[in-house]
Amino acid sequence: MARYLGRRLLQAIPVFFGATLLIYFMVFSLPGDPVLALGGDKGVSDALAAQLRSKYNLDKPFLVQYVLYLKGIFTGNFGVTFSGRPVGELLAHAYPITFKLAIMALVFEGVFGIGAGLLAGLRKGKLFDSTLLVVSLVVIAVPTFVIGFVLQFFVGVKWHLLPVSVGSDVSFRTLLMPAIVLGAVSFAYVLRLTRTSVFENLTADFVRTATAKGLSRPRVVMVHVLRNSLIPVVTFLGSDLGSLMGGAIVTEGIFNISGVGGTLYQAIRQGSAPTIVSFTTILVIVFIAANLIVDLLYAALDPRIRYA
Amino acid sequence: MKIRRSAGLLATITAGALLLAACSSGGSSSSSSTTAASGGTSTGIVTAWGSEPENPLIPTNTNETGGGTILTQIFAGLVYYDAKGKTHNEVADSITSSDNTNWTIKLKSGWKFTNGEPVTAKSFVDAWNYGAVSTNAQLNSGWFQDPSYGIPIVGYDDTQAADASSQPKATTMSGLKVVDDTTFTVQLTTPLSDFPVRIGYSAFFPLPSVAFKDMKAFGESPIGNGPYKVADNGWTHNVDIKLVPNADFTGDRKARNGGLDIKFYTSQDTAYNDLLAGQLDVLQTVPSSALGTFQNDLGSNAVNIPGAVWQGFTIPQNLAHFTGAEGQLRRAALSHAIDRDTITKTIFHGTRTPATDFTSPVIPGWSDKIDGSDVLKYDPAAAKKLWAQADAMSPWSGSFTIAYNADGGHQAWVDAVTNSIKNALGIDAAGQPYPVFKDLRTDINASKKGKKTGLTGAFRSGWQGDYPGALDFLGAMWATGAGSNDGSYSNPQFDALLSKGAQEKSLDDANKDFAQAQTILFKDLPSIPLWYSNSTGGFAKTVKNVEFGWDGVPLYYAVTKS
Repeated sequence: MARYLGRRLLQAIPVFFGATLLIYFMVFSLPGDPVLALGGDKGVSDALAAQLRSKYNLDKPFLVQYVLYLKGIFTGNFGVTFSGRPVGELLAHAYPITFKLAIMALVFEGVFGIGAGLLAGLRKGKLFDSTLLVVSLVVIAVPTFVIGFVLQFFVGVKWHLLPVSVGSDVSFRTLLMPAIVLGAVSFAYVLRLTRTSVFENLTADFVRTATAKGLSRPRVVMVHVLRNSLIPVVTFLGSDLGSLMGGAIVTEGIFNISGVGGTLYQAIRQGSAPTIVSFTTILVIVFIAANLIVDLLYAALDPRIRYA
Repeated sequence: MKIRRSAGLLATITAGALLLAACSSGGSSSSSSTTAASGGTSTGIVTAWGSEPENPLIPTNTNETGGGTILTQIFAGLVYYDAKGKTHNEVADSITSSDNTNWTIKLKSGWKFTNGEPVTAKSFVDAWNYGAVSTNAQLNSGWFQDPSYGIPIVGYDDTQAADASSQPKATTMSGLKVVDDTTFTVQLTTPLSDFPVRIGYSAFFPLPSVAFKDMKAFGESPIGNGPYKVADNGWTHNVDIKLVPNADFTGDRKARNGGLDIKFYTSQDTAYNDLLAGQLDVLQTVPSSALGTFQNDLGSNAVNIPGAVWQGFTIPQNLAHFTGAEGQLRRAALSHAIDRDTITKTIFHGTRTPATDFTSPVIPGWSDKIDGSDVLKYDPAAAKKLWAQADAMSPWSGSFTIAYNADGGHQAWVDAVTNSIKNALGIDAAGQPYPVFKDLRTDINASKKGKKTGLTGAFRSGWQGDYPGALDFLGAMWATGAGSNDGSYSNPQFDALLSKGAQEKSLDDANKDFAQAQTILFKDLPSIPLWYSNSTGGFAKTVKNVEFGWDGVPLYYAVTKS
């Protein structure tokens, strides 16, 4: 187990270097000159442009810029944005908020997706099952921002049930609607995955054996059917945590949440390499960690899987 | 794109319809002079739309609306602008000159920064020098040099380093001199009659001496002399900034509410929904998705007044059939052929105001009765007649085109304008789309230099006021050799009137010269005026006395909320 864990962690190192180099290169190749953009329509004089370029290392060749950036990271310095703020500060502000949002979305899609999927799987072909299939199809088909705006308008503006936007008040109440919107599409996928998996396992040999042993129906369903049905679902949820955190740009914009998505969006517009690379690198690390946790969870769910 | 303080305001300023523009204001709110304390005072904290400043909050380093709006609340400059764009002395007691080149500025005594330090002549001079010196890398340093929008101070060039590794010759501009605590002098490189108007921009705010000890820390927690100050730990980045009234403020702009909470939004739509749901008091810009409905949604709390943005299209001076006497006839014919009223109503939902001159209704000196301005009236019969007269000189063939960038939402109005021309004149007219603004710009610049480009005719043009003065508009777009004179227009009479205006003793006299200069533009029509872009906004029922300034930014100090 420890060896497996160690091997997996070692694999993360080349992924980290590869990802940062690739992302840094992509930012470097972005069209447009960030220094000219800073000047707005009035432009910047040559003297000022040269000053700004040297201040942000933009006058150096690509590899030198990249090495300087890496050197900073290993001394705990993530660089500064064009507004002079340390990127580390931005990370510390944005990640907890987005993490909270992503976890709420994950809990929402996990609890409701698995719950509804289980019920649908047990009653395959019945009215409840067909209704859920149609609902999940609609949710998958409608783009997130449409769901977001419609919910915001009715729940927030018309009925005053929940706050329209988050802003400075980051709480369970304000994050509830954004979390539901963010998790909506994945909820539909979790529901469908669970449903199919449960239905397949209902006819599996070990379930028949368990029933034949005289176990109660709830025990058969919860312990034998559900636990074994969760493997594909957990795989999906694990990789989804990463997508939820990185993919919250639209949702964060609609509900005015100052998280990872919004910060990243602004940094891309400004061409601020240190910000973009730092934020995406941490997203990559989140992906790696989430996948590792999923792999470890397999062992807990399926007794046949053992890591040595 | 970023919302820039100037060109970017193009994006934030949008709306119109009120032809009585100059004297109308935000819906039901009082439009009396902003200096009158008509609203009384109140204690409620006003929540307002904003965006995270893109730079540290240093006046000489802030060139976009997000930071600019905050700076205007926490600093007081030599002068300030009221809702009608009129300039009033703020910290300045008097601003005088005998030749419009050498200016003497006397300050009122008793002004203090919120840390207790008195505001002196040195506070201004040091701040301006800091802003100019190239090694300080301040984005607004051009405001101390460029005569088209800033104040060109003698000695600026010495403060510019040759390259990034060398030092400038001087760290102060020789044209700036402190005489005593309350007096300093400014020597310009060229006479400017509207100098007292130009220095209202946020780049000219004073700085306390503590700023120069650690400018980085100062940009995070600025100390100003304005109607508000930043609350303790009031700035939560990317979230909001909380401002509290400055109890020691003695100027006209004294806060009449209990404070300001400027909330940062990344989406205008969200801010608009917050306003509808009662979670936001004042919204500076209505999102484009709501332009068609906001006046219905908000009723008398909607704001839709002309802004400081002039829009039209420019016909290059050397375009075939558009030169000499024939050109004058054809230009006038085109102007008469455009139905501005209908286009602004249908395409822009009334958020543009048909143009009556070459500046903007929020600019002092504006008039809708300048001689020759009737060429802007929609009159298809007159248009046809003028076009026929021109055809008699040299027959027209081909198509009249207006170039635009397809990424800026211009197609709808260009199509409407060319259709209007087509219907009135019976000629072929069409838009000429460029994929992005940069491509259009490249072709315009090349054809200005006489190169052959893909540009086949006219192109869209516009100007956003840098300060409330007519010279800004006229000088930038039509003075001989000016940077934004994209049609290469040149008329010595026009130039002479502009420079006469710049040397006048009084602004009223200067504005008379500028109005006269416009009569020449109406005859030559180097550009065809179309409309002014409106400031659109809204406010909640909880607040009163909401007025929008000449630049489309609400005058927050006057807002009351109980």
